[in-house]
Order: sequence, then structure tokens, then C-alpha cells
Amino acid sequence: MKSVRFWGTRGSLPVALTARDVREKLLGALRAARGRAIASESDLEAILAGLPFAAAGTYGGHTSCVQIDTGGPEFFVCDMGSGLRPFGQAATARRNGIGQTFHIFMSHVHWDHIMGLPFFVPAFIPGNRVVIYGSHEELEAALRRQQDKPSFPVDFSIFGAKLEFVHLEPGRTREVAGVAVTSMLQRHAGDSYGYRFEAQGKVVVYSTDSEHPLAQAEHAERFVRFFHDADLVIFDAMYSLADAISVKADWGHSSNIVGVELCQMAEVRHLCLFHHEPVFDDAAIDAVLAETRRLEEITRGARPLHISAAFDGMEIAL
Amino acid sequence: MHLQIATRQVADAVIAMPVGRIDHRSAAEFEAALTPLVAAAVATKGALVLDFSGVEYISSVGLRVLMIAAKKMREREAPLLVTALQSVVAEIFAISRFDRILTVTATLDDAMALCSPAALAQYRSAGASGMP
Repeated sequence: MKSVRFWGTRGSLPVALTARDVREKLLGALRAARGRAIASESDLEAILAGLPFAAAGTYGGHTSCVQIDTGGPEFFVCDMGSGLRPFGQAATARRNGIGQTFHIFMSHVHWDHIMGLPFFVPAFIPGNRVVIYGSHEELEAALRRQQDKPSFPVDFSIFGAKLEFVHLEPGRTREVAGVAVTSMLQRHAGDSYGYRFEAQGKVVVYSTDSEHPLAQAEHAERFVRFFHDADLVIFDAMYSLADAISVKADWGHSSNIVGVELCQMAEVRHLCLFHHEPVFDDAAIDAVLAETRRLEEITRGARPLHISAAFDGMEIAL
Repeated sequence: MHLQIATRQVADAVIAMPVGRIDHRSAAEFEAALTPLVAAAVATKGALVLDFSGVEYISSVGLRVLMIAAKKMREREAPLLVTALQSVVAEIFAISRFDRILTVTATLDDAMALCSPAALAQYRSAGASGMP
């Protein structure tokens, strides 16, 4: 496996910057440029490089969609949130978008994780193959229902690609295009499943929409085993710990604190915060990232844990 | 034994002072020690003050124990206060947002002042120290 690219990182609902948000970013950049040389492109790049990510960029607003570049010709994707649309456009630009195979692994079938399929251009192209993997019995029915009238104007008959559904038995490793894939049951309304991908000595874990009951030691041990020695864990860190175990208990999500603890126990190398709270602006996510890095620093054991916060368009080399 | 907890009655308040790390290994012990203190406090509507000056670290599992205690005390309108956090623990409270849902004070004296005039007076007259 070569890298992971994020096409959608937001939880629950897509969001977008407003005109006011953009104006604030522009004002911040202009203030930073005040009194500085701006004659050359490198001058401008230097000014932008000095700005915090929330000022010079954005975490984006598409819902869950993550691509794993295995190094092979076939595409690997986790979830079909609204980020599937830009992913599909980028994939179509390769080799004219014809004769492609997509392996898509579904955490669950809640709306924010399936809403991209009706807008997934490769599924409309004859000769393409879209294989959708999951452990929910109702996976295919949920996707078809999404496009039934009156919710959507066209049903599955519009797709020109060959769509296939593959049921994965949780805990049983399956070989897919040279990658060992294992799913695991997670705590979420209607159940969700995490995925562990292993190939060429690299391990990536995708674990979103997953609540962690703190009182159950065996639950934590199960996740520590699932995460063990991973190069990258993509982790649902939607809420603060206080919210996750009080007013938002049983909402099916987790926190940055639990992410750090599990990854430290599992000797993970890189924790990527994911499924960001839709009410958070860029500055709020920046703050969560800074706090999480600080938590890792003050609780660090023998092995440091790298922390990042996913944003739409972010790429992590493995 | 990862955690030790000493307690003392000060007028209508109880001060409990855990010492050590409250993590996945000691959280059950912490919960077992806290449960009767919470039960006694809600029965009398007296305050329970957790002096955290001896706590070096608290994990999510330990914070959950605090959350349960706070919820039980809030339901019965009995005050729960956490005080004198070490700097690492104070940071964990801030990052977890527990500083927003629990009453946290900088010093034990501040906490006693929030309990009752009698508790504060007895605490100060005892010399503001000396856990058993």
C-alpha cells in the first residue's frame, strides 16, 4: 500500500464554507501580508506557509470517503459519503474512466455514508466494475432504497457499470486484489464495521462511527488487537470525551482522547482524526488537533504517536 | 495497589484524596472507593470534595467514574467538587472538556468555600492540611 487519500472527512452531514468564512480567511491572509514583500510567487507562498491551516486552507465538508492506493490498478475506497463524487471524477480522468474496478468497503449504511453513490460517475460507465463489500445484511437494499422514488429520480437501472455485492464475515480475513481485508463489528446504531487492510508490510485501519464503552475492558482489548501495530488508524473523533459519555452517550461516536489511548496501547504509528463534527469550523478542528497532539505529548510512552486531522484532499504516504 | 484514597469529614463536607494514577488498571478501585462516598453525600446532601493534588494522571476510564459520580450527585443536588489538579491532569480535564461539566477549583480552600461556611471555617481552623 502506498498512500491514503481523503475525499470526505466530515461526520453526519456535508457542510460548506460561507462567503463570510472565505472573507475572514482572505482578511487574515492580507493582514499577514501587511508590510511584507509580495512581489514574487515565492513571497506569497512564504506568507501562506506562515498561516495556520484554518486560515490558509479548510478541512472541507464532504462526508466520509477515503481512498487507499494499494499500488495496484484497482481502486480501494472506504464508504460512499458525498466525497465519493469528487473521487469518482478524479478516477474517471484516469485512463478515460473505462474498464476500471472499484472495491468499496462500507462501514454502515447511514445516510452520510451512502449519499455519494447516485453521483458516482464510474458507476454509470459500461465496462466498469463496482464491488461493494459490507457486513450488513441489508446493504444492497439500503442502497437501492436510497434511489427509489420519490427520493431520487433514477434507480439502479441507470448504472451502466456492473455492480456486485460481497458479504464479509466479521473477523474473517479476505484477500481482495492482493490486500488482506478484515472487518470488525463496532458499536453504532444499526451496527457499523471497521476495516483492517494489510499488504506489503503496511497496515491501515479505518474505524469510523464507532462508540467505545469505557467500562468494558474486553471491548478496549478487542480494538487494541484490531489496531495493533498499524501504520495508520483513521478514527472517529467527532466529540469531546465529556460529550461522548454524557449528553451524546449512545450516539455512536468517539473522541480524540479515546483515540489516543487505544492507539498508544496498540502501538500505532499514526492516528488520523476523522468524521469531524459538522458544527465545527476550521479553527475549532485546528484546536482539537493541537490539543490532541498535546495529549499525546504528555502521555507518550516508548513510541511516539503521530497525530493528524483529516481534511478533504489530504494524502498520507504509508 | 495503584491508588490510595484517604478521606476526612470536615463539618458537612467530605474530602477524599486519591493518590496515584487513575487509569484502566485502577479505575475500578477508584469507582469502588467513590461509590459509598457518593451514596453518603447524596443521603445527607453534603458536599464531596475530591482533592486531586496527589493524582498524577487520569485516563478516559477514570474520567467516566467522575462523570457517573457527578451525575448521581447532581440528581440529588449534592455538590461534587474537584480541586488542586496537577498540571498534566488539568490539561487532560481541559482537552476532554471535563473542566466544563465539573466544578473544578484551583485550591482546596476555594473548594471548601463553595461547600458551606461551616466546612470552610472548620477546614481553616484545622490548619488547611493534614490528610489522615
